[in-house]
Amino acid sequence: MLGRFAAAKRVLEIRELLTRRHTSSPLKSFSTALNYHLDSPDNNPDLPWEFTSANKHKVKEILSHYPSNYKQSAVIPLLDLAQQQHGGWLPVSAMNAVAKVIEVAPIRVYEVATFYSMFNRTKVGKYHLLVCGTTPCMIRGSREIEDALLKHLGVKRNEVTKDGLFSVGEMECMGCCVNAPMITVADYSNGSEGYTYNYYEDVTPKRVVEIVELLRRGEKLPVRLWPGTQNPKRTKCGPEGGNTTLLSDPKPPPCRDLDAC
Amino acid sequence: MVVGEAGLAVGLCFGRRRGTMEEGEGVCILSLKSGDWWFGEQQQQPAAAAEAEAHSHREISLTKRHRDSVTQKATTFMGLGMLASRVIRPTASNLSRLSSLHFIRPIVSTPEASSAQSQPQSDPTPDPPPPSPRPPVAGARVHFPNPEDAIEVFVDGYSVKVPKGMTVLQACEIAGVDIPRFCYHSRLSIAGNCRMCLVEVEKTPKPVASCAMPALPGMKIKTDTPLAKKAREGVMEFLLMNHPLDCPICDQGGECDLQDQSMAFGSDRGRFTEVKRAVVDKNLGPLVKTVMTRCIQCTRCVRFATEVAGVQDLGMLGRGSGEEIGTYVEKLMTSELSGNVIDICPVGALTSKPFAFKARNWELKGTESIDVTDAVGSNIRIDSRGPEVLRILPRLNEDINEEWISDKTRFCYDGLKRQRLNDPMIRGADGRFKTVSWRDALVVVAEVVLQVKPGEIVGIAGQLSDAESMMALKDFLNRMGSNNVWCEGNGLNPDADLRSGYIMNSGIAGLEKADVFLLVGTQPRVEAAMVNARIRKTVRGNQAKVGYIGPATDLNYDHQHLGTGPKTLIELAEGRHPFCSALANAKNPAIIVGAGLFEREDKDAIFSVVETIAKNAKVVRPDWNGFNVLLLKAAQAAALDLGLVPESANSIESAKFVYLMGADDVNMEKVPSDAFVVYQGHHGDQSVYRANIILPAAAFSEKEGIYENTEGCSQQTLPAVPTVGDARDDWKIIRALSEVAGVRLPYDSLGAIRARIRTVAPNLLNMDEREPATFSASLKPDCSHKMSLTDFRPAIDNFYMTDSITRASKIMAQCSATLLKK
Repeated sequence: MLGRFAAAKRVLEIRELLTRRHTSSPLKSFSTALNYHLDSPDNNPDLPWEFTSANKHKVKEILSHYPSNYKQSAVIPLLDLAQQQHGGWLPVSAMNAVAKVIEVAPIRVYEVATFYSMFNRTKVGKYHLLVCGTTPCMIRGSREIEDALLKHLGVKRNEVTKDGLFSVGEMECMGCCVNAPMITVADYSNGSEGYTYNYYEDVTPKRVVEIVELLRRGEKLPVRLWPGTQNPKRTKCGPEGGNTTLLSDPKPPPCRDLDAC
Repeated sequence: MVVGEAGLAVGLCFGRRRGTMEEGEGVCILSLKSGDWWFGEQQQQPAAAAEAEAHSHREISLTKRHRDSVTQKATTFMGLGMLASRVIRPTASNLSRLSSLHFIRPIVSTPEASSAQSQPQSDPTPDPPPPSPRPPVAGARVHFPNPEDAIEVFVDGYSVKVPKGMTVLQACEIAGVDIPRFCYHSRLSIAGNCRMCLVEVEKTPKPVASCAMPALPGMKIKTDTPLAKKAREGVMEFLLMNHPLDCPICDQGGECDLQDQSMAFGSDRGRFTEVKRAVVDKNLGPLVKTVMTRCIQCTRCVRFATEVAGVQDLGMLGRGSGEEIGTYVEKLMTSELSGNVIDICPVGALTSKPFAFKARNWELKGTESIDVTDAVGSNIRIDSRGPEVLRILPRLNEDINEEWISDKTRFCYDGLKRQRLNDPMIRGADGRFKTVSWRDALVVVAEVVLQVKPGEIVGIAGQLSDAESMMALKDFLNRMGSNNVWCEGNGLNPDADLRSGYIMNSGIAGLEKADVFLLVGTQPRVEAAMVNARIRKTVRGNQAKVGYIGPATDLNYDHQHLGTGPKTLIELAEGRHPFCSALANAKNPAIIVGAGLFEREDKDAIFSVVETIAKNAKVVRPDWNGFNVLLLKAAQAAALDLGLVPESANSIESAKFVYLMGADDVNMEKVPSDAFVVYQGHHGDQSVYRANIILPAAAFSEKEGIYENTEGCSQQTLPAVPTVGDARDDWKIIRALSEVAGVRLPYDSLGAIRARIRTVAPNLLNMDEREPATFSASLKPDCSHKMSLTDFRPAIDNFYMTDSITRASKIMAQCSATLLKK
């Protein structure tokens, strides 16, 4: 009995320790905004919203991938296109426009847009920096990286800097655990044509600040470092200082002796 | 043993229960071949055969051979396979705990089974007889559309035959096992997201969500095993994790599925130590109250709104623990069926706003009655406490309203206690009403009615009148020498000769068989919401086409707006309209004509054109009658059955004595100013302003009365609450008045007046049975009237306010203010 009590106490202590960090973002459990819409001057259903004429061709192209009676399958690519066009986020009127294109009730589009955390329903910066917060990155120091970014930009999570250039968000694993920690930069500065979504891996608190400053100046990283690992001693996901194993060409698999069968 | 080459090995023939899988019992494989069961040469034990006979009544249509073999205890035999299997087979006690995975099925060849050695090894103790099978849950019926599609499954050891395509949960219901569920609803699509209905199925590694799993032949379903129970307990713990402990202040308390099922599967403590989540309440309008924190995300309301109500407003937003039901952009639920989400919500997340904190459900007395606010006659239960109606709930009636009712039906009840007339009143010289006694009131009416000429007496029955009172009114006026009696809404020149000309000949449930609808001058969504729900169901389920002629309207299903008036009708009749081909190619075309057309001068001409269309499209055939009239008011069908037809169409202009029996939609400007107007009714509504004398009557919730709905099914209301003040039943007032006037009507009891009705319209006494029309409308003489080309007008302007009760209702006023588009 006493042991169980002590264990419960310990659990509480650990939880307290964990929750004490990051007091700056109280809504830690929700990666995105609210699940309901609140009208604001820049986001309300009365605002007109349309795909640009260039994107209208893209819409047609996307719709051509699906049978004409399953237009609603195009909801995710169309929302993505709308998000790129609208500077990285989806106002209600954009979702309504998508609903109109795929001929479903708007609520069916809202359901999808609220489900996926990569659809932003609040304003983001031209460069939306996403810090991976999943376990491998967290162990390799993603919290320090986020703290460094937030401190350097002077914003809270999911807030946009005053110049509208940057915002910082958290996301789940992007499959770069071998090069953890990593951040992703979604670049909405050039609309849907110049949209890029790049990984910067093996980052350090110092390095992310440099990346932010490079982006601010509109410069590009040297080809070797862009995009991918920021550790000059590594090649892609290989170990630092070159390979230590698997140095020779791999042996081909033995061929089965078919006659023996 | 014969194992069919093509046949599937479909099952094991061992005992009925797991316990019988003991040593000394054999197992054989059955195979299905050319529809018969083939067995090895096993010898059947006499005791088992007798037992099989005793329980053979459970099997319905199986062959004798099959029956014996399925229920028989497998014969015992000794052989090598047996010996081998004994080593690896778990013991019986283990078996009951282990899942079916661990059970290894020995396959034994048959020759040994029949060998003489095997006999002494047989189990000497016969099985105790199994308990008798349970009756199906809630009277669930099995309908086999195709007898060959029947499959056999075993639920807790009992065999049941179910049609192919049924789910495991439905099979269990037929077997009499009630599976706990939250998200599954028989009238909605299957979601399978609550996981409460987990059962164990033999040879599956995990518990199965029975609501989404189709039943397969020979499936052995176990619903009361420790595994199933533990699984449900786990699900319940998860559901209760984020569910607030506010049952004492929750309106659903006492009729809450979660509450009930947590009594069976809930623990008295949880292991969840985090903070419970909280969800913002949504505003869905004046009818539905939301406490979204209580929501368990079963999505029944989302599916109801999308599938049945046809308003795609609700959705499931967010993900994970942030998931919530909502509209995203704030929006009221503008459906005429929105109240039903209160019934289908298994928890207290969606409750009735007008009923909030009014009463506990166990304090209420339920009276099974019917609704009179439209001509559908939805079956309802009136829940009352003392003299007050507190809420109205639907009753199941597959032929009429299924299990839904419209918002008007559900929420009109507060009109029953407002604006009521509770004493007889006479308008004095100063124009003000003065309360008098019944005796004085009746004497005054009798004096006046005896002074006027018979031709100047007019009687109008209101839209809420029951058949008894209309019979009494007609008899009374006839005895006074007048035959100017009609029911409002039927027009001044109703055609009561052929019953098929004013009822829904295909029946409301019969509409589901139709594949093309032609709506003529009717907007079912506002005129009869339940009929509209049927049409929508048919459009969704059978891809039925709908053509609509009338003013622009918002029907909640795909439809073609063919035109706005008689012009389109003529085009259709002459075969010039593109929709004609759809009608001609239809298997079961249905034409629905709105009763709003009854008020038109040229109604006969319109009806004859519609009949031409019907004839061209073969709408009326011996096996299908798709010619339907959709009535608007509860009293209309019975009034026409009873022959409430005015002698002359403009009798009201020359009337000296007008008897209004709850008639409020009569144009009172037509009544001469020197006419004496008697208003007998329960609400101080429009006609009271012109009345000279008021006789208070009982409302539908306070009396026993027969109503015939639009499909010709007569049903009766039952008194749920006492009458208000000094009010009396309608027919009793007229009966008393007739005595004072010296023309005593010969009935003193409800039975006697119903005997009188039997002589006029016997179908009205066939309660709860639809009486189809005998003659088709084609017997009608040709019409020589000219059709005017004025467009059809909407019959109902405001869905929420159509009669004196709904006009007195505060809730209905709120609805019309907030929900109707301006």
